[in-house]
Amino acid sequence: MASTADALAAAGRPPKARPIKPRLGRDDLIMRGFMAVIALYLVIAIALPLYAMLSKSFSTYSFDLTAYEFQVSDEVGNFDAPPVSAAALNDELQAVSPEDLSTSSDGRLPATSFFPDFSFRSPVMYKIRGTSADAVYLVGTERFSGTEWREVDSNNFRRVMLRPARDIGFANYVTYFSTPALFQSIENSIFISALSTIITVTLAFGFAYALSRSCMRLKGFFRLVALAPILVPSLLPGIGLVYLFGNQGMIKELLLGESIYGPIGIVIGSVFFTFPHAMIIITTALAISDARLYEAAECLKASRWKIFWTVTVPGARYGLISAAFVVFNLVITDFGLPKVIGGQYNMLAVDIYKQVIGQQNFEMGAVVSVVLLMPALVAFAVDRQVQKKQVALLSARSVPYQPKPNRRFDWLAFGYCGLIAVFIVGLLAVCQYAALIKFWPYDLSLSLKNYAFDLMDGGGWDSYYNSIQMALLTAVAGTAVVFVGAYMVEKTKGFETGRSLFQLLAMLPMAIPGMVLGLAYIFFFNEPANPLNFIYGTMAILVICTVTHFYTVSHLTAVTALKQMDREFESVAASLKQPFYKLFRVVTVPVCLPTILDISIYLFVNAMTTVSAVIFLYSPTTTLASVAVLNMNDAGDIAPAAAMGMMIFYTNAGARLIHLAVSKGVLKRTQAWRFR
Amino acid sequence: MAFRKTLLTAAAVSLLVATAAKAEVELTVYTAVEAEDLKRYAETFNQDHPDIKINWVRDSTGIVTAKLLAEKNNPQADVVWGLAATSLLLLKTEGMLEPYAPKGVEKLDKKFVDKSNPPAWVGMDAWVASVCYNTVEAGKLGLPMPKSWKDLTDPAYKGHLIMPNPNSSGTGFLDVSSWLQMFGEKGGWDYMDALHENIARYTHSGSAPCKLAAAGEIPIGISFAFRGAKSKAAGAPLEIIVPEEGVGWDMEATAIIAGTAKLEAAKTLVDWSITKKANEMYNTGYAVVAMPGVAKPVEFFPENLVDKMIDNDFEFAANNRAAILEEWQKRYDSKSDPKG
Repeated sequence: MASTADALAAAGRPPKARPIKPRLGRDDLIMRGFMAVIALYLVIAIALPLYAMLSKSFSTYSFDLTAYEFQVSDEVGNFDAPPVSAAALNDELQAVSPEDLSTSSDGRLPATSFFPDFSFRSPVMYKIRGTSADAVYLVGTERFSGTEWREVDSNNFRRVMLRPARDIGFANYVTYFSTPALFQSIENSIFISALSTIITVTLAFGFAYALSRSCMRLKGFFRLVALAPILVPSLLPGIGLVYLFGNQGMIKELLLGESIYGPIGIVIGSVFFTFPHAMIIITTALAISDARLYEAAECLKASRWKIFWTVTVPGARYGLISAAFVVFNLVITDFGLPKVIGGQYNMLAVDIYKQVIGQQNFEMGAVVSVVLLMPALVAFAVDRQVQKKQVALLSARSVPYQPKPNRRFDWLAFGYCGLIAVFIVGLLAVCQYAALIKFWPYDLSLSLKNYAFDLMDGGGWDSYYNSIQMALLTAVAGTAVVFVGAYMVEKTKGFETGRSLFQLLAMLPMAIPGMVLGLAYIFFFNEPANPLNFIYGTMAILVICTVTHFYTVSHLTAVTALKQMDREFESVAASLKQPFYKLFRVVTVPVCLPTILDISIYLFVNAMTTVSAVIFLYSPTTTLASVAVLNMNDAGDIAPAAAMGMMIFYTNAGARLIHLAVSKGVLKRTQAWRFR
Repeated sequence: MAFRKTLLTAAAVSLLVATAAKAEVELTVYTAVEAEDLKRYAETFNQDHPDIKINWVRDSTGIVTAKLLAEKNNPQADVVWGLAATSLLLLKTEGMLEPYAPKGVEKLDKKFVDKSNPPAWVGMDAWVASVCYNTVEAGKLGLPMPKSWKDLTDPAYKGHLIMPNPNSSGTGFLDVSSWLQMFGEKGGWDYMDALHENIARYTHSGSAPCKLAAAGEIPIGISFAFRGAKSKAAGAPLEIIVPEEGVGWDMEATAIIAGTAKLEAAKTLVDWSITKKANEMYNTGYAVVAMPGVAKPVEFFPENLVDKMIDNDFEFAANNRAAILEEWQKRYDSKSDPKG
């Protein structure tokens, strides 16, 4: 990056002169201004919330024994003994160990712990007070604080509870790693993700190989089917699996008595929803291999098997690695699927939900989030390194590989792809069928009663319309922000530090699991002191969160398209004294229109299906269809959940079709120059 | 044409004015009441108080509680109408509730009113634990109908029971806390140890076990009576069992959020929420309501439910909640292998 920029800078100045700093024109300033604004957006939308979350994970609660004082009366109620602090009593008695002093925000410590000979029948009276104004204690359910003495009889003294004070430290992490139920999830998450990755990448490789190396029929159809899982929320396959293999499942015998609720279900579902992602990456990797290598191998009389291992696989290795990391990350950060079909099998993403929603323990939720962030960050870093290495695999002299017909191999490929297609279509068809059944398995007549969403949890039909609105807003606003940002970072002259900083910010969202992002948003935006507090609970926060969550891929797509446009355009415009925004409007946007459409459909589809990032952020007026699927399933309304999931599928499929039609039209109108 | 336009505008304006006059105050009300009941509640309330408009904010108990706690320093709600008393106790100890004795509070069953004076919350109806038993599926498996909690530990039921996870469901916690109160601390944990052997899995939602039992996905689900009655009414082959040792319960309750700018309207709503009319309204879904003598039997509800409700110690539940959940997690949640 730096070297190209240097070269460009060098080209623009006379040799052997002292380096001249080019004067910044109005355009440059405006462009930098734009860049700064979008960078600021990224800082607010990702860096600050993450910081808020990190600090939450270090915010601990513990009982401060020095903050309370007691006084005990004699049998007739005279308080002659001097007041003693709880700390002094504990030093003497060792009643509460230091570990037990650290607690959660809801912790309570009975005051009687410090009085071993306490009896609630005794006539002894007790007095309690805080030594500072913020020492809080309860008598029964009544809350008291402050330094005033309060007198209670023995029967009420047993109801006195000390409350913890806030502090900063590592205590939450210590608790996490000393609770087997919690850290066991790390192992579970990694195991499931690794297993799903191996299966998905293997299956997807076979599929991509068949698509690019065989002459089988229906390639277009297979490609389309393989992409279908992208159009549904990740938890929909879970629902389909319940209908297939649950205790009332249609073909549960195939599981040989194993339960679908648990690792088996999670892995099958994960393979389903990550398959298209792996397939796209591997197909791209296989498509760029060089036919000359195959010719050479054939001339050397290498067997097909040998060619496969010495030419095909090494050629696609970066794609395979990349696919593996993408799948791993998708599975480990996914929340919907293990929630639906995980049974007792704990995984990190579900733990966050349980901590925050089930126990209102936000601090522990933040700790689990930080833990979940780790594997995601590692996978992300490794993937970046691999991507960097994969540069000049394809040279200008490469010849694209053209498969030759081979009857046996083509039928084999066809059969293989057919099986995968049956798996994908079958699972979706089961969901649709289940959605139309009146009362599975007792009343199999068809009805539309499962579409009466307004009678169920989850927000009803409104949530469906909200989702469409949110997806449209995300597509429009997101594409604008992403494309303008990418343009500024790509076409601004000089300003190296700023640009690389921007790139870094733009890459960050990829490494942040949706669940973590959503939780970070609560901590950041719900803080009353935050001037942006007003967007909490609105559609805006959902849109911002979703745009941010899917920023990286959109950004990379835009940058790739913009890189194909020569910088000469900018130079020519400048010499014609045309401002950059005119160039942007008249040339850049029309030329990049196909890419812009791609970005918007990507954002639309993902906004329709996302669950993890928005699960903490939706409000009653902004319930979403994907969340409704989860909530209805959660409440046991499985058929309506399937129905809503399929509504999302049809909507996304429709959006895809519109996108296809528009793209074709656009291609004809603005891209004629490509086909000279 | 122009005349028609004017007429239309006039009509529109008068309509707007009328609506504005009708709804002078808007209250933001947080609730966990079932979605299908909310509209009816608001309409019945507006029959008597058309000048107060209710903006519902509805979600499951856990989420509403989490939301209220998250907004502790910047409350958004004016009133909570229909949230578990256990949650309201939690909010009370955080100092988030405005104590208020609504008019006519003395007519309510003492059990349904907060002990403080003035009370921080008042109850609406009880929400009682029950066992949902699918006669068709249990028949296929030859499982006898259980009569008591103890029956459920019979090895015959191994893998055929389902209950909510107390760590994510209020109903789950209610069960656990009731067992600890009924059987004592040691007896309660011993009971759960035995029960755990039979549990196929723990669900995240409290109504799910009953719905899953209704769908035949599992023969027996530990859930609550209200849900069971609804599923039975929908045609599921269910029997709703009230275990003979007694059943845990929680109540839906109402409270004013401290710091509300609309205190008068909030008081009006809370006053109304304990009237006879309101109690009759709750009675359409819930068999046990706060005002004695109001409740009529609800279809499909087990009859002996009220007698079997234990003397629930909400303070015990609130004070020991963190410790109980931790212990439960230690004992049963670390088992990661699913059991079929």
